[in-house]
Amino acid sequence: MEFIKNAVGRLVPTEINGRELKPFMGAHADQGGGEKYGGKVPAAAKFNNKLLDNLDAAIDACEIRDGMTISFHHHLRNGDFLINMVMEKLAQRGLKNLVLAPSALFPVHEKLVEYIADGVIANIEGSMNGPVGRACSQGKLKGAAVLRSHGGRYRAIQDGDLHIDVAFIAAPCADPHGNANGVNGKSACGPLGFALADSLWADKVVVVTDHLVPFPCHPWSIEGGNVDYVVQVESIGDAAQIVSGTTRITRSPTRLLIARYAALFVADSGIMSEPHFSFQAGAGGISLAFVKYMSDLMHEEKVTADFIRGGSTKFMVDMLRDGLTKFILDGQSFDLDGVRSLRDNPAHIETNPFVSYNYHTKGCFAQMVKVAVLGATEVDVNFNVNVNTHSDGWLLHGIGGFADAADARVTMITAPLVRNRLPIIVDEVTTVTTPGETVDVIVTERGIAINPQRDDLLQRMKGSNLPVKTIGELHDIAIDMTGIPQKPEFDERVVALIEYRDGTVIDVVRQLLQQD
Amino acid sequence: MKFDFDDNELKKNEASFPHFARSGRAQKGDLVVEGEHREKGGVSVEIESSVKALFGARIEDVVRDSLRTLSAGDVHFKIKDNGALDHVIMARVETVARQLWAIPEPGVLPQARAKISSSKRDRPRRTRLYLPGNNPDIMLNAGLFGADCIILDLEDSVAQNDKWPARILVRNSLLAVDFGSSEKIVRVNPLTTANFAIDLEIVVPAAPDVLLIPKCENAEDLQAVEQMLIFYEKRAELTTEIMLMPLIETAKGVLNAAEIATASVRNVALCFGAEDFTADIGAERTAEGKESFVARNLILLAAKAAGLQALDTVYSDVEDMDGLIASTCEAMALGFDGKGVIHPGQVEPIHRVFAPTQQQVDYAGKVIAAIEEAEKNGMGVATLGTKMIDAPVVARAKRILALAEGDIFKNPPQITRENK
Repeated sequence: MEFIKNAVGRLVPTEINGRELKPFMGAHADQGGGEKYGGKVPAAAKFNNKLLDNLDAAIDACEIRDGMTISFHHHLRNGDFLINMVMEKLAQRGLKNLVLAPSALFPVHEKLVEYIADGVIANIEGSMNGPVGRACSQGKLKGAAVLRSHGGRYRAIQDGDLHIDVAFIAAPCADPHGNANGVNGKSACGPLGFALADSLWADKVVVVTDHLVPFPCHPWSIEGGNVDYVVQVESIGDAAQIVSGTTRITRSPTRLLIARYAALFVADSGIMSEPHFSFQAGAGGISLAFVKYMSDLMHEEKVTADFIRGGSTKFMVDMLRDGLTKFILDGQSFDLDGVRSLRDNPAHIETNPFVSYNYHTKGCFAQMVKVAVLGATEVDVNFNVNVNTHSDGWLLHGIGGFADAADARVTMITAPLVRNRLPIIVDEVTTVTTPGETVDVIVTERGIAINPQRDDLLQRMKGSNLPVKTIGELHDIAIDMTGIPQKPEFDERVVALIEYRDGTVIDVVRQLLQQD
Repeated sequence: MKFDFDDNELKKNEASFPHFARSGRAQKGDLVVEGEHREKGGVSVEIESSVKALFGARIEDVVRDSLRTLSAGDVHFKIKDNGALDHVIMARVETVARQLWAIPEPGVLPQARAKISSSKRDRPRRTRLYLPGNNPDIMLNAGLFGADCIILDLEDSVAQNDKWPARILVRNSLLAVDFGSSEKIVRVNPLTTANFAIDLEIVVPAAPDVLLIPKCENAEDLQAVEQMLIFYEKRAELTTEIMLMPLIETAKGVLNAAEIATASVRNVALCFGAEDFTADIGAERTAEGKESFVARNLILLAAKAAGLQALDTVYSDVEDMDGLIASTCEAMALGFDGKGVIHPGQVEPIHRVFAPTQQQVDYAGKVIAAIEEAEKNGMGVATLGTKMIDAPVVARAKRILALAEGDIFKNPPQITRENK
């Protein structure tokens, strides 16, 4: 295997799984070009009856063979039944060497580890976490996994880097034509955007629902014209695990402090009061509190955002209700308030990775967001961020939308400086998920570091009494508390590629020497 | 109250040492240490840790170095760590060692931080944040919330079985943890308990700024405390004098507040404790607090007459911010200088109540300018407009400016946005 040094100084292979790879050259170096994936031309006359009796009938109809690539979306999160249902059937049929292409995996999918061990699954492209990530770190996948951001996954499918043979789309509500949405039915989850690319470019598309309605199912997030088969099942998921009934803000004083610093940074830097303000925040403990503090500050200063981007939660819905934002642009709903609001409020808009995150488009929403607040596992003194591997080298998380959302005008990382003896700021991240050039501010409980390339932000913060420090100072504070950590020891073998949103390779994950 | 210096509690009879001992908690930022005597083989150590890949070697070094300092013989130590920092590991190892053999005093102390705080008698004490003494994780970030004082508690929040682990952990935390600009207070156990002298012996070498003395009832109590404090300060060769804060929480203590206030020159404030007081007088503790109104005022008057600060009790409903603010307003109106705090979220609302208004700050600035001008001109008395400025007016102005300055510069994370 040949390696080449990329723009963040990491050695990455030039070829893997028989595919030629490009090294990461810089966040916006890629200039596009080339052709999109085409796919076959269908004929409407053949699709008069798509409704099949059961999943087995759909698997038969799709003619799934060894080595095929099967995709799923993750809108049902830890409540998803479909991946386990389908994979169990494929395993029972004795299929081998399948490539799984999920947009994310959750702890509920732990059973996949067995299918990896049995050779049913040879590789994973897209995302993984927890037990499946551990198996990958132990070298149990036959191929080298590919981790992509949400936008990167859409791009890879659109560009033909990731060819999907069969896409199974769990749909909380669908009609016999295959129109589907995520806002109605007992398994309502909110948007269905992560399945869009799969529906457009997979050779076969199967919509699986537990709430079949007569045509037309409206609104339709998935369009029936892209769907081959529709299957009705008893249940596609566990509603309690799909969305949480109530979203609670963290009670940790440290996390609240970090969220408050982040919100005050947005206010003190003057960004909040400028025209066309917008922000993006997720559903982690600190992010939720950030949204709450932002809404307090915006209320005080009588600021209305043009839009806010979720992961929607009750706190964002409250902002929409209280006139603190004109729109919510929602990629996934994390609680019932989010789902209801998306269903009932025309100003709460469903988005998909094409419009929000894809780099191979004529512009996407991520680059219009003024402030994005994101979590991280590690940040290094060059502002490179790792969200994939723990400091001890285990691959435990997917990229999510991180690399894409970091395209915001100001990207802020919020994280405790020291977490159970682990320093968040390190000399060099274990894995580079996202380059430092796209990361502007690190907010911790012991100080805020601004990327020196953002002199504008440094100037703006001169009058603020927030504890602005250099990243080196924060690193010193952390190491002073924890001591200098040893580095994990890796084998030569590359077990996963970290693909940047433009399709270049920004880093690799290697097999761990210590396997327990 | 009588006591003698016969510290039998400290010197355990060798015959009573057990074969096996354990210390610590299976919690985040803590560890469980198990030690046992072996026939031979010297020191052996076994380590499990959530951060073993990154800090395993260092943890082993810390454990072995500690055991060497503690003169360990043939022992086996098993560590189950969950991300504890070095000073916590040292504390838990020492606690186990103390149970298993007679260690050379003073034990194994972490290196003191270079920054030694020098707290002043008259610093603001608007908030004093109580932390349980046996929880290492919660102490790490306690200095980040701007509380004027942090109280590491060895008394009510620590079960009798945990007194030893807590006092060693508190000692190590005083030395190793950066509490920011907060004053470091240790609440020791009452003088009437056997714990008191041991608390002092262990904690005084780590030089807390203040000792909070619970259940003070008369001047003799305080004098006894002072004598013992001086004894242990000398033994530890401290160069600074630890201050005292009597906590009055019984009917008898309230009636003797005046003599308690003047019993020691080291007193800086009188504190009131409502929970124990209401129990002592047989009343329910209510929201409006009529049952303790007289007591609080007596303590306040005693403190002020002696030139000390008067510090009110805690407000115990951490969710009720309106109640906290109302209670703080009332305390301030009576003349109290601060409230007790049991959650960091209570700090900022209280500081807001105590914050001087801009008008007060401006006026105080003028007063100081006028007095400086008068002094420059060799005049003893200054006037501002038509008003004469005498010593109490100057003192008040200085206090206001100190508070205002404290809000902007001293308290790190100013979460208020006053100077935007």
